[in-house]
Amino acid sequence: MNSKPYVREVSKTTWFLSHPRYKRYMAREVTCIFIFAYTFLLVWGLGALANGPEAFSGFVESLRSPLGVLFSLAVLVVTVYHSLSWFIVTPQAMPIQRGEEFVPGNIIVNAHYGAWAVVSLIILIWGI
Amino acid sequence: MSELQKRQIQLEVLRYNPETDTAPRYQTYSVPCLEEWVVLDALNYIKDHLDPTLSYRWSCHMAVCGSCGMMVNGEPKLACKAFIHEYKEGQIKVEPMANFPIERDLVTSVEDFITKLASVKPYLIPKEDKPISAGEFKQTPAELKKFKQYTLCINCMLCYAACPQYALVPEFLGPAAISMAHRYNQDSRDGGRDQRQEVVASDEGVWECSFVGACSEVCPKHVDPAGALQQVKVASTIDWYKEHLMPWMKK
Repeated sequence: MNSKPYVREVSKTTWFLSHPRYKRYMAREVTCIFIFAYTFLLVWGLGALANGPEAFSGFVESLRSPLGVLFSLAVLVVTVYHSLSWFIVTPQAMPIQRGEEFVPGNIIVNAHYGAWAVVSLIILIWGI
Repeated sequence: MSELQKRQIQLEVLRYNPETDTAPRYQTYSVPCLEEWVVLDALNYIKDHLDPTLSYRWSCHMAVCGSCGMMVNGEPKLACKAFIHEYKEGQIKVEPMANFPIERDLVTSVEDFITKLASVKPYLIPKEDKPISAGEFKQTPAELKKFKQYTLCINCMLCYAACPQYALVPEFLGPAAISMAHRYNQDSRDGGRDQRQEVVASDEGVWECSFVGACSEVCPKHVDPAGALQQVKVASTIDWYKEHLMPWMKK
């Protein structure tokens, strides 16, 4: 046993650049910033609603601006990626054993897609 | 029978001698490899014919002992399972497992893992003592299936070499140790979960995991440590809710 094993330092800021799987992970994590920003937008809208009809229509107007539409579109794309990246790992976190065998992972994933579609549809119909 | 084909492979191997070196360096060996060779065969060729000073660990040559874990072209691999023919470029970089201190050449210091593994009590702790005369603890095939995949772990530590969370927070208990705790927690014959939770559900236990999933991607035995850790998180969260919202549920 020697007295000086060599320790390789890991960069605290650029470690994820060393492998594609770490970049993929960071891409998933970065999506949270967009979702975080969108929840702030919703809180802002709620504040506008509390301030009366004029403030709220100002808020809605700003959403309709090109910048507002662009932001919503970006958030939509990022949220879809965020959701997919989590749905595909659900069988790992929530395995279901029926009798002796485990339910195949794709059934669990597809059940999530199905539930997602149903909830989206209800919200869309309700919104219209 | 056709003549066995040989291919000249350049093996760029990390060298570190703690007695003379202040930092690791790389040494390239030109090795005549047979197509069916694995990286371990090439290392053995170097040791036998080119440079007897090269140090590395190995034993079984059949992906059972878990000794020959190393980085092959930057990927955590068992050297006995990394086939030469999969590296078309003819150049292979071999380094000791990432995230572990280097003892010498490709040999790493594994004390940290051994200590962590022992801390989760990776053995059966029966619910109640019973004399041998009372017979064995019985288990159905379904109960066995629940944890069987985790028993395939060979403690090769490739999951630690792949885990960026372990690289950044060395105190992290890590994938294999927590998976092993989960393996015994899931065992119908075991009653030791409360004892393991003290370590497993601590800040430096499962909550350091951010589900990168690299551990499961590199596991040579197709164990799913990432899955085990998420299941441990779910169970620990349920514990928390039971304790805080339904204290009367507490045993």
